[in-house]
Amino acid sequence: MTAQMTAPPETPAKPRRELVASVLQRQGAAIALVVVVAVAWLAFPRFGSPDNLRDLALQSSFLAVIALGMTFVIITGGIDLSVGSLYALGGVLAAYGSQWGFLAALLLPLLVCGAIGLVNGLLVARTGMAPFIVTLASLLFARGLLLAITDEGSTTYQIAPGSAFLELGRGTVFGFGYPVFIAAALCLLGGLVLRRTRFGQSVFATGGAEQSALLMGVPVARTKIAVYTLSGVLSGFAGALTASYLQSGVTVIGVGTELDAISVVVIGGTLLTGGAGTVLGTVMGVGLRNVIQNIINQIGTLDSNYQSVVSGAFLLVVVVLQRSLVRRR
Amino acid sequence: MTIALDRARTTRWLQEYGVYAAVVALLLFNIAFTANFLSVGNFRTQLVQAAPVCIVALGMALVIGTEGVDLSVGATMALAASLIPLYLGAGPAPAIAMALLAGLLAGTFNGFLVAYLGIQPIVATLALLVGGRGLALVIANGQLVQLHDPAFLALGTEDVLGVPVGVLVAGVLAVLVALLVGRTTFGRALVAVGGNRAAGVLAGLPVRRVLLGVYALCGVLAAVAGVLSTARLSASDPADIGLLMELSAITAVVVGGTPLTGGRVRILGTVMGVVLMQLVRATLIKHNLPDSTAQMVQAAIIVVAVYVARERSSR
Amino acid sequence: MDPVLEVVDATKEFGGVRALDGVSFALRPGEVHALVGENGAGKSTLIKVLTGVHRPDSGQLRHRGEPVVFTRPAQAQQAGISTIYQEVNLIPLMSVAGNLFLGREPRNRWGLVDRARMNEMAERVLAGYGIREDVRRPLGTLAVGAQQMVALARAVATDAHVVIMDEPTSSLEPREVETLFGVIEELHRRDIAIVYVSHRMDELYRICDRVTVLRDGKHVHTGPLAELPRIELVSMMLGREVGDIRAHGTTGFGEDHHAGREPVLRAEHLASGQRLRDVSLTVRPGEVVGLAGLLGSGRSETARAIVGALPLDSGTVLLGGKSLPRGDVAAAVRSGVALLAEDRKAEGIVPNLSVRENIVLAALPRLSRFGVVSRARQDRVVETFMRRLRIKASSPDQKVAELSGGNQQKVLLARWLCTEPKVLLLDEPTRGIDVGAKAEVQALVDELAKEGLAVLLISSEMEELVDGADRLVVLKDGAVVDELVGEQVTEGNVLAAIASGGERR
Repeated sequence: MTAQMTAPPETPAKPRRELVASVLQRQGAAIALVVVVAVAWLAFPRFGSPDNLRDLALQSSFLAVIALGMTFVIITGGIDLSVGSLYALGGVLAAYGSQWGFLAALLLPLLVCGAIGLVNGLLVARTGMAPFIVTLASLLFARGLLLAITDEGSTTYQIAPGSAFLELGRGTVFGFGYPVFIAAALCLLGGLVLRRTRFGQSVFATGGAEQSALLMGVPVARTKIAVYTLSGVLSGFAGALTASYLQSGVTVIGVGTELDAISVVVIGGTLLTGGAGTVLGTVMGVGLRNVIQNIINQIGTLDSNYQSVVSGAFLLVVVVLQRSLVRRR
Repeated sequence: MTIALDRARTTRWLQEYGVYAAVVALLLFNIAFTANFLSVGNFRTQLVQAAPVCIVALGMALVIGTEGVDLSVGATMALAASLIPLYLGAGPAPAIAMALLAGLLAGTFNGFLVAYLGIQPIVATLALLVGGRGLALVIANGQLVQLHDPAFLALGTEDVLGVPVGVLVAGVLAVLVALLVGRTTFGRALVAVGGNRAAGVLAGLPVRRVLLGVYALCGVLAAVAGVLSTARLSASDPADIGLLMELSAITAVVVGGTPLTGGRVRILGTVMGVVLMQLVRATLIKHNLPDSTAQMVQAAIIVVAVYVARERSSR
Repeated sequence: MDPVLEVVDATKEFGGVRALDGVSFALRPGEVHALVGENGAGKSTLIKVLTGVHRPDSGQLRHRGEPVVFTRPAQAQQAGISTIYQEVNLIPLMSVAGNLFLGREPRNRWGLVDRARMNEMAERVLAGYGIREDVRRPLGTLAVGAQQMVALARAVATDAHVVIMDEPTSSLEPREVETLFGVIEELHRRDIAIVYVSHRMDELYRICDRVTVLRDGKHVHTGPLAELPRIELVSMMLGREVGDIRAHGTTGFGEDHHAGREPVLRAEHLASGQRLRDVSLTVRPGEVVGLAGLLGSGRSETARAIVGALPLDSGTVLLGGKSLPRGDVAAAVRSGVALLAEDRKAEGIVPNLSVRENIVLAALPRLSRFGVVSRARQDRVVETFMRRLRIKASSPDQKVAELSGGNQQKVLLARWLCTEPKVLLLDEPTRGIDVGAKAEVQALVDELAKEGLAVLLISSEMEELVDGADRLVVLKDGAVVDELVGEQVTEGNVLAAIASGGERR
């Protein structure tokens, strides 16, 4: 405010530093991805092999689906810490539901995880409770539910061989798994919704300045409810895809996945404070994370835990950059 | 009208004394219905289990008092734990000192981001939550390291005056933190900054330094908890130690009646919040309710506690 | 002519305080209707009732003669009632075009937002307002004036037939104000009714047809503006009869003070954005200097600038001949400057702390050793001031939030007095407190000045200023327009100075 008041009346010419920071913040993930891929391609002969690339794409697709929902939530200025649990729960529910056929395996996780997401949204939008605490509670709740379904984690539901549901995660086109195409289609659709629909505009407005958005007639509460529901549904769907791919509902996955999802969204240039972000950035963030993971694995001698250190460092740089940008405005 | 008044009064009563009432009720319930509840051994076990959470929750209460939150406490515990085997060769004192130093650095780092760069606390501490445990695992080569230094392990097994060391440390720290909040300029400034930052600025309080100090302290306390947990486990296990600790600590603080909106720190309430959550878990386990139920009950308690606390802030 | 928008006998309470007390207001089609009043007069509440943000507790809202109930701002907008606020209420990170069309974006045949068309339309619309910026830029990167223009364009473009403008010019450059007036004239021609809220007399007389004056939540006057002398308008806003200039009596203030020679506080050419353009003043020990002026004239800003809580573009503050570092409140407090802020809730009390802790907050460094607060010294100080200021609390341990407004204010005064300040800046020290407490606070100010404290007093109450101050500095639009000393300090002179703006000197 004060910065604005003291700004010269004429449109200030953007200082060079700000331009650089702005480009870094928005396209940083893409630039880093290109660099990292180039390095990996040159340094590791196996990196460019079709098998490795297919594997990379497949691994990225699950996280991409979760991060897509997270992108919407974060743009509204919220956060969803329950996605990791919902991801695991979705997988278990899909495997459990597969005994009644394809539709049950698909719909059960979507409905249950969507319902938990809906409750998240209702609590956040209608009671004004902080998103992080609401979704922390549902992180616990979803884990508890998962344990309850699986006899305290001791039962792992298998998807019967020959089940049509297996095709969803294991089928391939040109060697690439279906999940890759599904995730790509969802992200394309998500990007379209975000950029080109009134709902998308409401998402940006809600996170950009909630009070103003209210005064401008944006349905803020409905928008929040929608994004948390969407995040729940997508997490459950990612779980279903994973279960199909692994042929069973693995109970121990998804721990810390919320952190991965948040990291890639923020690294992709979405403001953690809300109001700005892109699906493409998120996809770049997912790619960057998994390529680095891939490199770390290729090196072999390196501890795979460097992954989270790199993510944390990236996150830090991006957040500080974002802050300096927002402050300068 | 009277109904509304009653409701407001009930809510206020719950905010103020709910945690104590709940602890008493659970104790009575257990005395009546739980076999072997009233035994020294059982109380020891419960307290020993609760001690690390309590220590972390003390720091968390301070941070929440400034209208902030520290998501990185679990990762800080892991960092502290990972350093212990590296320096234990030089004796327990240097090892503990290094662990606490790591906590201090981590906390100061968070505080710097919040106080001087103006980054939201959730966001600022997220980076360390993501990277901290990874760093700990890198330091430890991803390994669980068994510890054999008897002096160090004594922290987890010995008693002083009949009280387990960990419990004693938690108790002493609780008293110290309570004194800090109640009796020092720092404590006053902390609560004032959380209660009304603008007023704090106009009153000439060193707002930034106070924030930096609060996060630093929270980091140190998390490291203390990391050291004690490591001693009790007789192993440094950065992969597992303090996992979801931020959740337990925040829960205890909120259940203990400290509002997330800042401006108030309840130390005794926080300790009781820890005790309550421990009792809930113990009760469920002793009555053979599975872990799944325990988690769902915990989730419900969090939501209810935050919901109740919320009405205070909206008034 | 039937009113296009009308409020009949509206009452609205907030926590026991009547913000609107049986107010009626009628807006005719195509008129520019000024809505004026000082702080707490009920203007913003009335606006929020008109725009669906608040619903009145009693009374009726009529739109084109039909009773209506707006539960959300969106409903009022759909009914053709648009608002632009003093603070730009748009989305800074969203593009200019996105802001302009939020909620009514042009869509193509697949139902998708047609960005190209939207940008093109936005460019065309904004060109009419003198804005030639890239409409794809985030709104927040525009200058504030340009942002306000976008807000205006948005308000008008939503097929509005009523536009409510709440101090639209407070952050505009003179050039931008001209553009705004051009737009208002254009709206006038299109028969769109405008509610115009401003404190700038010149603006009101230039563009408004009629005026409604509110005071203390009540309706005072409605009538044509041109026939109303400025001085009468000002006196209605302030609640003073022009001819009725009383001497001492109803306030708690005593005689004038005998001030020292050398000023202890000297502020020179303070300037900050549009709010504060050029203010210089001095305060001597033992003197009460009043700051007069309408709301928005820069009174509070002056006080905040002195204590370092408002970033300055230029100017210096000297305390006892030494200049205070800019923007460092802690240093100012240490040197002995204390600001009792205008907004008790937002910037004064720390609600969850006790009376004791609130009182000693600013004096903590001198009441503690090695960072540990000395209970004994603290209790002594607290007891002294609670007695001296007659603070009514069940005990020093009572939460300050539970006290009455008057006692809260006394707690804040005590907070500052126990720092032993040299200069006390009082921003509306008696607002919103009961009559008894008010007289006590006034008497205390008097007493403090007698003891040699330098006091700068800001008040919207003419009587308080005239009775309390030895000298009056009159502000208008962020600059000093007059200074009244001794015999000149009368209500008539203040009103005249505010109404004419410096010509009297």
